[in-house]
Order: sequence, then C-alpha cells, then structure tokens
Amino acid sequence: MLNYLFRRLLLGLAQLLGLVIVVFLILQAVPGDPVRIMLGERVPAEYVETVRERLGLNEPMLTQLWTYLTRIVTGDLGESVTFGQSIQTLVASRMEPSAYLITYGLLLAVIFGGVLGVFAAVRSGTVADFTLRILATALLAMPAFWVGLVLALIFGIAWGLFPVSGYQPGLVGAFRTLTLPAIAIALSLVAVVLRTLRSSMKRVLDSEYIEAARARGYSENRVLARHALRNAVTPTISIVAVVVGFLIGGTAVIEQVFSIPGLGSLLVQAVERRDYPVVQAIALLAGTVVIVAGLVADLLQAALDPRVRNAIRNG
Amino acid sequence: MSEHVRDDELLQISDLRIGFGAKPGEASPIVHGLSLSIGRGRILGLVGESGSGKSLTCRAVMRLLPDGGHVLSGSVIFDGRDILAMSKSEVLAFRSSEIGMVFQDPFSSLNPTRRIGSQMIEAIRNALNLSKEDAERRAVSLLEEVELPNPAAKLRMYPHELSGGMRQRVMLAIAMAARPSLLIADEPTTALDTTTQAQILELLRRIRDVDGTSILLVSHDFGVIAEMCDDVAVMYGGFIVESGPVEEVYLRPKHPYTKALIASVPTLAVPERGYRRPTIPGPPLGTTPYASGCPFAPRCALARPECEDVSMTLLPVASAHTSACPFGGE
Repeated sequence: MLNYLFRRLLLGLAQLLGLVIVVFLILQAVPGDPVRIMLGERVPAEYVETVRERLGLNEPMLTQLWTYLTRIVTGDLGESVTFGQSIQTLVASRMEPSAYLITYGLLLAVIFGGVLGVFAAVRSGTVADFTLRILATALLAMPAFWVGLVLALIFGIAWGLFPVSGYQPGLVGAFRTLTLPAIAIALSLVAVVLRTLRSSMKRVLDSEYIEAARARGYSENRVLARHALRNAVTPTISIVAVVVGFLIGGTAVIEQVFSIPGLGSLLVQAVERRDYPVVQAIALLAGTVVIVAGLVADLLQAALDPRVRNAIRNG
Repeated sequence: MSEHVRDDELLQISDLRIGFGAKPGEASPIVHGLSLSIGRGRILGLVGESGSGKSLTCRAVMRLLPDGGHVLSGSVIFDGRDILAMSKSEVLAFRSSEIGMVFQDPFSSLNPTRRIGSQMIEAIRNALNLSKEDAERRAVSLLEEVELPNPAAKLRMYPHELSGGMRQRVMLAIAMAARPSLLIADEPTTALDTTTQAQILELLRRIRDVDGTSILLVSHDFGVIAEMCDDVAVMYGGFIVESGPVEEVYLRPKHPYTKALIASVPTLAVPERGYRRPTIPGPPLGTTPYASGCPFAPRCALARPECEDVSMTLLPVASAHTSACPFGGE
C-alpha cells in the first residue's frame, strides 16, 4: 500500500506540473498581442508597454514559464488586470460560496444517490426499481439551470422557504442561501450515482461470494453492508471524482442563476473582461481540484480493493 | 412410494417440487416430486447433467433458491424440523450453525476484497458466540484441519493470493466452522485440477470420518460419486431416476440413463484401436417444460411407446435400490 501511495503521489505531482504548463500556455495561445486584447484599442502604447513589462510578457517564453512556476510554488498568483486587486484576495473572497456549494451538492448527490442506488439494486425488477430508473433518466435530461429556476419559483417565490438569490456567509447563512442551488446541482448527480451504483451493486449481488455469504447465515443487512456495498462502490467513486471536475465549471451557470458571488461567476466575469491572469488562476485551481479528486478516488479504491493495488504493482 | 421414516436419517426430502416463475402460482416446475434422504454420517451423491435439478435441490435445502424460484410443494425435514416452514431468523440460525456449503468455483466464492482471516472470523463469530481472539484461534485450527500449511500467515492473505485448491480448503474450513451436521458440496472439485481434486475429496471423506458429518455431494462425474459416496441418487430432468447404495447402483444399474452415465466414465485402461467412448445421444436437457412420461425417453436407446406413460415412480429393484424405469432398463 505504501509503495502504491508513493507512486500515485508522484503521478499526481507530474499531473500538477503538466497542468501548470498547459495553463501557462493559455496566455501564449491568445491570438495577437494579449496585452492589447486585454486593454483594448484605445489605451496609449506606453501604457501597453508598462503593463507588458509588469506582466513580464517581454521576456522569452521559457523565462516566463520559469517565473510563472516559481511564483505559483510560492503561492503568488499575480495581479488582476481589471479587478484592481491581487488574484489571491480575489479568488479567496469568491472561494467560500463555491466550495460550500460544491460540497453541499456532492453530499446530497452521494447520500441520496447511494441510498436509492442500493435500494434499486436490492429491489431490482420491481415497480420501485423501474420508477427510480425512469426518474433518474428524466433528471439526467433536465438542465441544471432550468431545474434551478423551477426550484427558485416553487420553494423560493411560491412557498418562500429559501431566498432565491445572493449569498450569506457562515453555516446558517450558507445553508439558507445554498440549499436550492445545491439541490439543482445534485439532482442530475443523484441520477448518475444511482445508476452507477445500481448496476455495479446488481452485478456484485449476483456473484457467488454473496450467495456463499448468505449460505453462512448472515443477515441480509450484513451481506449488503459488509460484502456487497464495499465491492460495488469502486466504479461510483471514479464517477464522482470525474463529476467533481465537471462541477467546478458547471457551477458557473447555477451561480449566475442564483446570483452567488462564487468562483463560477468570477470566471464568467473574468472571461467577459478578458482578464486572462484571473482566467488562468481559476483554470489552475479547477485543474488542481480535478487532480486531487482523482488522487483521492484512486487511493480510496486501493484501500477498498486489494486487487487494485496489485494491478498497479504488477503492471 | 415406499417412504418410511427412519430415525437415523438426518435429512429427509419428500415429494419436493420446485418451479420458476414470477409467482408460485405461475411457476413452471423444474424439479418434480423429488424424495431422498441422507443418513447420519453418510455421504449421498447426487449425480446428473447440468439442468437436471441437482443444484436447485441443494439451494432449496439451504432456503437459498434464486429469484423466481419457488418450492411448490413437499417437505424438507432436517433433524425433525421442516426447513421449509422455518421463520427467517430460524433459517439464519440454521444456515450459520447446522449446515455448511461449499461451491463449485473457489475462485469466486470468497469475497475478493477481504482477507481470509476477516472472512473466517466473521463466519465463526456469526455462528458461535466467541471473542475476536478466540475466533482467530479457532480459524487457525480450522485451517490446520483442512491441512493448509502456515495457517496464521494465510489469515492475512487475500483470496487472489491463494491457489484454487487452497481456496477450496478455506471454503471447507468456513463451512465447518460451527461443526454442522450436514455439509452440502455442490460440484466442489469441478473447477480444480485432478491432483487437487483427489486431495479435496480425501479431505471431505476425512471430515465425515472424524466429525461424523453427513455430506450431500453433487457431481456430474459418476467416477467421483462411486469413489466417495455410500449412497447415490441419479437425477435426470428434475426426477430421481435411480437411487440406492453406490456399489449396487454402480455395478448393477437398472435405469438406461444411469447405465449410459456409468458407461461414459473414463477409465485408465488403454482403449483398443478404433474404440470410441460411448456418449449419450441426442440433445441435452432443454428448456421445454416437462409434459408426461419418462423425460429420458427421447434420448433412450431402449425407448418404446409405453415410455410416454411412465409415472416416474421409483420401483424397488433390490433392497434399498430403486429405479424409475419399469422395464428394468431392458
């Protein structure tokens, strides 16, 4: 396990390095003069040169990459061109609502998707299973922003249970303001988790070691919890890790719908203003979250299933 | 039917009918009125080809019929109690301590993600009220009994780190954890190579000799049955077509199916030039529902028109030897 952990961490570091290089290249890939594009046509040429020098864009590309790398390692993300503050402060102020929103949505999805997925697998073939599967397909087909609007209409405006826009910091405030958007995010994820878990759970429940466990006189709950679920959960972990990556970008729409000042809406604003350093920083952050999610998923799977560790060791 | 209750019988199945369908009322029967009994400390072989109903019969005794399987009628009396009438919790207690089961494929009958020790200790503690330490000690001694070398180290291993024969020994050790009085072995050696097969069979026999455990040994191989069992029941198409003491049936088979089955057992003798081992002609058991008469008639070399009206009742041949063929296989 330690050997596996070490190799996997090394891979994660390599991925991070690759990410930094790709994100760095975003700015190089901008057609034309990036500074001109950022500042617009009407800015005087001397100011363009000042900004270019301030951003270090007059240096050779490899020097720029090296500066970029060393700055990132020390936690310096640079200066926003249009927001007039450092990117760290900017991102930090927008991080909390997004982090809460994604965690909240994921928790809802994993809890409800997990319980319903196991239920559907155990009751496979019954009316309940059939209904759940139809419902899951329907939820998958609904775009999150539309679900968000419907939720806001029903629970926010018609029933007045939750505010329909804005964000209040703190746990209570976050709960009040983020519940509807979290549900909007979670609904389609519930469907993903439900379907993945149901199918792997069904396959495991059909296997001989489950029959053997039943033949030993174990209660059905023990069979499910100690033998079936643990073996069925690995594909779901992979899917959830991928979904986390999608969520980083996917929350942008929901944050717009519910006017939440999070990273998603910051990204939208930064793109509109062509504030490339901010776009870079958010891309870097999102990529890091994806890499870390993948790392956590792999380690979890290796901890749950010895065959995963073995496959890595031998191959 | 000459069914008389004897006290020395551990398991008595009478007129068991099993069917498949969404509801018991709509189920199409697969096993048709099967009766058999296993004496205490005896090994009964249940032999027949795939689809003959052997495994279903075992599952019915375990109350583990797969989804859609229903017991339509009959009784399964174990040590004076009807298994089919037990409540759910009684069934769990029965499975955990009075009966053990080993399966065909030792590669898939152990949980691949948990260590041998954890699976054994779980089974032991589920059956007997032991502390974790005592259960672990018992696991070690069980592995010693099934002659697995270095048992303490084996407990820390995962199933994929053991060979097929070792896993089947572990399965046997788990099945014997609570010293059950009946062991069901459903094709326990089919997935193993010949040498390992002989060792596992030897071990089964030792379990019977030492613990006095009754064994229901399912196989499609009459050679294995002849070597291992005291009694044999031959199944075809959901019926027992012949049963009796194993030497009696093996040396003087009366049912054409039994005869064909015995004739197809390979021997070590060098065959003569041009010799072809007899096989049973015709297609194997299909999924067409049973109508009436002898199910083997379509493949039987000796079939005659009357076979369509045979009632499949077991008729006495000699003492304890019965056959469902009223024509004596001639």
